[in-house]
Amino acid sequence: MATYSSSELMCVNAARLLRDGDRVFVGVGLPNLACNLAMRTHAPNLQMIYEAGVIGARPARLPLSIGDPTLVSGATAVCSMYDIFAFYLQRGNVDVGFLGGAQIDRFGNINATVIGEYDHPKVRLPGSGGSQEIAAWADRCYIITPHQKRRFPERVDFGTSAGYLDGRARRDAAGLNGKGPVAVVTDLGMLEPDESGELVLTALHPGITVEQVLANTGWPLKSAAKLRITEPPGKEELHILRDELDPQGIYLKGG
Amino acid sequence: MSKFCSLKEAVQHYVHDGELLYIAGFTHLIPFAAGHEIIRQGRKDLVLARATPDLIYDQMVAAGCVHKVIFSYMGNPGVGSLRIVRAALESGKLEWEEYSHFGMISRLQAGATGLPFIPMNQTAATDLEQHNPAIRRVVDPYSGKEVIVVPPLQPDVAIVHVQRCDANGNAHIWGIIGEQKEAAFAAKHVILTAEEIVDEAVIRSDPNRTLIPEFVVDAVCRVPYCAHPSYTQGYYDRDNTFYLAWDKISETPDEVQRWLDEWVYGVEDRAGYWEKLGDETHRRLQIKPRLAAPVDYGNY
Repeated sequence: MATYSSSELMCVNAARLLRDGDRVFVGVGLPNLACNLAMRTHAPNLQMIYEAGVIGARPARLPLSIGDPTLVSGATAVCSMYDIFAFYLQRGNVDVGFLGGAQIDRFGNINATVIGEYDHPKVRLPGSGGSQEIAAWADRCYIITPHQKRRFPERVDFGTSAGYLDGRARRDAAGLNGKGPVAVVTDLGMLEPDESGELVLTALHPGITVEQVLANTGWPLKSAAKLRITEPPGKEELHILRDELDPQGIYLKGG
Repeated sequence: MSKFCSLKEAVQHYVHDGELLYIAGFTHLIPFAAGHEIIRQGRKDLVLARATPDLIYDQMVAAGCVHKVIFSYMGNPGVGSLRIVRAALESGKLEWEEYSHFGMISRLQAGATGLPFIPMNQTAATDLEQHNPAIRRVVDPYSGKEVIVVPPLQPDVAIVHVQRCDANGNAHIWGIIGEQKEAAFAAKHVILTAEEIVDEAVIRSDPNRTLIPEFVVDAVCRVPYCAHPSYTQGYYDRDNTFYLAWDKISETPDEVQRWLDEWVYGVEDRAGYWEKLGDETHRRLQIKPRLAAPVDYGNY
């Protein structure tokens, strides 16, 4: 059996969620790798869109930042920041958004702004960037994050971007274009919202137990009636990730 | 003062203590040379606005030029924390005003187009709105639903770096165009820095590429390599090695002061800075050409 790192495991599982033809608002790091992996396997027509205003990017090297020049060379279009958020995201032209943050809570709300009080921060985080609007207006959102108790509190300290608020009905009332966070991929398994919008455990990675997941989650996490075991990363997937996409292991060696 | 001048003269003439500055460029075309010149001239109490403060505002905060920052993503892009700005926010030494990227860019868009506000659709994330009184709601008179609005941002000075412009300031930009045009139209004064000053005929050969027209520009400065460690598409690469190195340098105030002494106070201008970087760095940042297919405007 192939061995793999936590980052590789998350990346492969995130890639499998992407569909051919998806227009994806991409971040750097694991989401970028997941998109490139999907393009080289089951989703050759996936379109990568970057908040820097790049559409249809074909990066020839691994970009360190979201504004790397390699994203521009060979892209189908480049536009202003106002245009990318207004014409592309707000208008409903983005299928998938990737989100991350320091905290993700029971209803998929994300905190990327502050730990502690906003006016007197204990830990000041970078803030929204594009994520407030991505979470609202991309049709489907995915979150990739390591599974740790401090990252999964019952309630976020600050709501940078909306999941299902305190229940799906409240998100629905806001009349947003996007469905919200439809899956959270961690290094232990996958969480998905139930009909009330609460995140529940729907899949375990091979060799992981429910007890492990519960011990690393900050609320009494429910399990789906039918708990899936994910397929381990395949030889071809690992080959593409390691030998083609991140040969120096910048993003993948973790875990 | 002549419109075509040195960056030193432009900063002396247009940038004053206490003013609101927008130093433009989303990752691309960030005019670091202008930030360094402002530090050298010892400006104080500035309000610095940028979607992403980036290392340039980290350095200006470290040098004591800044009273307040306005931003939407405060990080070292692709690396992690923007340590100096972050520490100043956590210790209460720096005031701040915060938006999402779309909110920030919409403020510039309103400022650039002369509108009293710009509406945005709701996002259901209301915490920032509760902490920033500039983010408000109005009722859409057509649907009766609430939309989010932000006021115009009209900086006292915008500093915008471009690939090339003519001596009057008609500027060609390509690659990531971020908020360059919006910043230039929103600001009361504009300092344009350019990798190259070209003949007006070059600009007129490709008018669709002109994002900034001469009549919003106050000063035109020829500053090759102005953007390092950011980059200029087609001219030189982003110095990712330096972005990673800054993460270490900025861990300790002493190291930061040493760095400022050596690379900002210790050089005369950008030409001196670039020379000091040395051949190895120059070679590392060199890029191969990749030309666009020519377009035919037609001879009418």
